[in-house]
Amino acid sequence: MRLLISLLAGAALLNNPVLAAGEPETTLVIDHQKFSPAQLYIPAASRTKIIIRNQDAVPVEFESYDLSREIVVPGHSETSIYVGPLEPGSYQFFNDFDHDMQGTVIVKPARGN
Amino acid sequence: MLATAVIMFREVLEASLIIAIVLGASRGIENRGRWVASGAALGLLGAAVVAMLANVASSEFSGNGQALLNAAILLGAVIMLTWHNVWMSAHGKQLSTEVKAVGADVESGQRPMAALLIITLVAVMREGSEAVLFLWAIATGGEQGTRMLMGGAGGVAAGILVGMLLYLGLLRIPTRHFFSVTSWLILFLAAGLAAQAAGFLNQVGLLPALGNGIWNTSGILSQNSLFGQFLHVLIGYIARPSGIQILFYVGTLMSIFLLMRTYGSNRRNTRR
Repeated sequence: MRLLISLLAGAALLNNPVLAAGEPETTLVIDHQKFSPAQLYIPAASRTKIIIRNQDAVPVEFESYDLSREIVVPGHSETSIYVGPLEPGSYQFFNDFDHDMQGTVIVKPARGN
Repeated sequence: MLATAVIMFREVLEASLIIAIVLGASRGIENRGRWVASGAALGLLGAAVVAMLANVASSEFSGNGQALLNAAILLGAVIMLTWHNVWMSAHGKQLSTEVKAVGADVESGQRPMAALLIITLVAVMREGSEAVLFLWAIATGGEQGTRMLMGGAGGVAAGILVGMLLYLGLLRIPTRHFFSVTSWLILFLAAGLAAQAAGFLNQVGLLPALGNGIWNTSGILSQNSLFGQFLHVLIGYIARPSGIQILFYVGTLMSIFLLMRTYGSNRRNTRR
């Protein structure tokens, strides 16, 4: 099933790289100065949209050297970024305004699941 | 308090290093201090505006708008650095003879003064808006606020100090090699900024990644380390770059280099 979804997403990607509808999507919540989930699983071989929702009052700068991503998420708001398609493996991210706040994007192989 | 100092230091470092290089590269150009100072002041103003806009949290700005603005100002800086370098490759020789004869003016072509202003503005505005947001976050953070703000001020001072050291270090380079060194520095700086811009455009989905993590050298030199960050600013070091970032880096490097060669050699030919 997951393979089918990523295949569909891949096909959609080929047709329209910007507004692909069938892309996988996942949500990362910031609550009480913690990323939740701290380990964010996304599929391999497909571009994934990550919605970052900040439920705290203070702004957070989501940053990842591994993913080359950097975005400020103001308090009580949400934003979204695209990552991938990524090779299976783990990719660290953190809050540049509070380096104790960390998490990992874990990319699982498309098959064998 | 120390953590705050470190974070503010990192935010200030990038702007500080860029300004140091630009000040070095524009050595001998009349009134450059005034232009660079105006750029820094406008940059601080812009940073405050950007931070306010981000805090209003209009979803349009906080999402793609932020990344697009970042990409746009980075690419703006790349164009200005290119202009500066091409101008220098045509007039650098003249400039370095006149740096020796203090007080002389350069009498050729349109000087890249606006470039100086815009590069400084961009450098200050980009990192400054993040610094303002960060300080706002800790200022509203409760009783620790004052001490943390003091730490932040210490971090800012340290960041500016490193920039000054780089500038003073540059000035020690013999005049005869000086402008070729600063030209090379700006060449790599511009390529690094272009790669960062590519990252932002990929983040909002406007450009394909063309492969993520083409290589991974974070085990050898982490971008999180001070030296890694230093190299990130100076030559655009990315530990785990995507294909599009490499493409932008190499493309910018080659374009500026070719433009410099073209204009530089034309001038030499007309002299003969």
